[in-house]
Amino acid sequence: MVKITVAGLSIWYDEQTAIKNLSLQVSEKEILGIIGPSNSGKTSFLRTLNRLNELTSNCKTEGEIQLDGKSIFKEIDLLSLRKLVGIVFALPLPLPLSIYDNIAYGPRLRGEKNKSKLDGIVEKSLKASYLFDEVKDRLNTSAFNLSGGQQQRLCISRTLANEPEIILYDEPCSGLDPISTAKVEEAMRDLKKNYTQILVTNNTKQAARVADRTAFFLMGELVEIGDTTKMFTSPSDKRTDDYIAGRFG
Amino acid sequence: MRENTKVIEKLAFAILGLATLIIIAPVGIILFIVLWHGLPGLSFEFIFSMPREGMRAGGIFPAIVGTLVLTVGTAAFSIPVGILAAIYLNEYAGRNWLTRLFEISIINLAGIPSIVYGLFGLGLFVTFFGFGASILAGSLTLSIMTLPVIITATREALSAVPMAFREVSFSLGASRWQTVSRVVLPNAIPGILTGTILGLSRAAGETAPILFTVAAFYLPRLPQSPFDQAMALPYHIYVLSTQVPNVSLRTQYSTVLVLVLMVFILNIAAAYIRAKFRRRKTW
Repeated sequence: MVKITVAGLSIWYDEQTAIKNLSLQVSEKEILGIIGPSNSGKTSFLRTLNRLNELTSNCKTEGEIQLDGKSIFKEIDLLSLRKLVGIVFALPLPLPLSIYDNIAYGPRLRGEKNKSKLDGIVEKSLKASYLFDEVKDRLNTSAFNLSGGQQQRLCISRTLANEPEIILYDEPCSGLDPISTAKVEEAMRDLKKNYTQILVTNNTKQAARVADRTAFFLMGELVEIGDTTKMFTSPSDKRTDDYIAGRFG
Repeated sequence: MRENTKVIEKLAFAILGLATLIIIAPVGIILFIVLWHGLPGLSFEFIFSMPREGMRAGGIFPAIVGTLVLTVGTAAFSIPVGILAAIYLNEYAGRNWLTRLFEISIINLAGIPSIVYGLFGLGLFVTFFGFGASILAGSLTLSIMTLPVIITATREALSAVPMAFREVSFSLGASRWQTVSRVVLPNAIPGILTGTILGLSRAAGETAPILFTVAAFYLPRLPQSPFDQAMALPYHIYVLSTQVPNVSLRTQYSTVLVLVLMVFILNIAAAYIRAKFRRRKTW
């Protein structure tokens, strides 16, 4: 089942092109890895999927993105879109609130006030990112007291509490040590059961480890997209081969 | 070469220290003189009784109450308007020629001499709106003078909240107002409070803006309504020192001491709030 359809998408910052005429499809409940050197437009693409790029005033987009056949620009309300398409940023970014309030933030935005319901959401979301046991005794302490890896898993839980259908990751492990990275990846594999996930990463090995399919971006263009195993063993484009082998980028 | 560096280092230390001393010295000297001459005249009776014998005897109660009422009135007008305007400029308005015009206006508003505010208040509130010389007209005049301080302080406090927090909030589906009210404002409030209190403490000590708009020369009773005139400490000090002959030096100094203490209390409150929240800040 196709979850997301991108057709003829271009993104500019002032006169500078970030993405050129991109078309691709994301299937339901797959993990799509996106690899490519810096400035290849990976993050710009990701941030367009929940229209966060519109916070950047000089950013302009053209083309169409559909979620379950509905245009995210015309047919889905902006605030609902951002609930449906959650994002985990490169740096762990807890809000200056307690662990509990960080996770309850999204549900509360939509008017959830029932304490026992919120308790349930918080516990379930923390368990899904394997954080619950580490923090269950200090849910009301500041989220800033957690380690970097714990903070990033908190951010994943916070996204999950919103009950999204799609989760975007923008280099989620770039600031984490290998053990924390492994925990985040474990959570991602586990979330496959229920969510469609897109993982932008600078770490090609990470894409190889967790992605079902991988896309290679270069200078704002999609060079190649396909099965991760195939991409990493016999890429069809010479440039993909060079990048994966570390000959440039 | 090394010797040279050491000499320059010592010179820099001396010059920077001297500059700091020059700033602190007047405050210390003023405080010392005012306390030295004013403290003996300070009594319960002086603070809480009406002036008598053409202000040469008795207390300064109506002037203290007048200044308090004017400060509260100024707060009532300038805090909501200033904070809301700052939120609009910082969080809602885009960067265009109109917002730049607002910014330039606010900067210029802050630079206008206070006597001009007084005349403006006389023309607009006292005469045109017909409030007469009244607490209402005086508070409004002081409010306009205080607004740029409050707007600037609030905008600085809002800008100090990292952009990333806003982005996270938006990414979770929050509207702009939800983001402002749940993330930005709670973290900006200490800064806003500090700036606001400092603005008000300046308003409390101003003479020129209240000169034509509210201040009564001699009114030995408490104000009855917002349309009443009132005595106020800054103007009372001016009157005692220049307009009334044979006022004892002690009475003058004690009046000055009361005003200085009131302003100090406000400033210390601002410093306390800032220090308290800085300790609690987690990012």
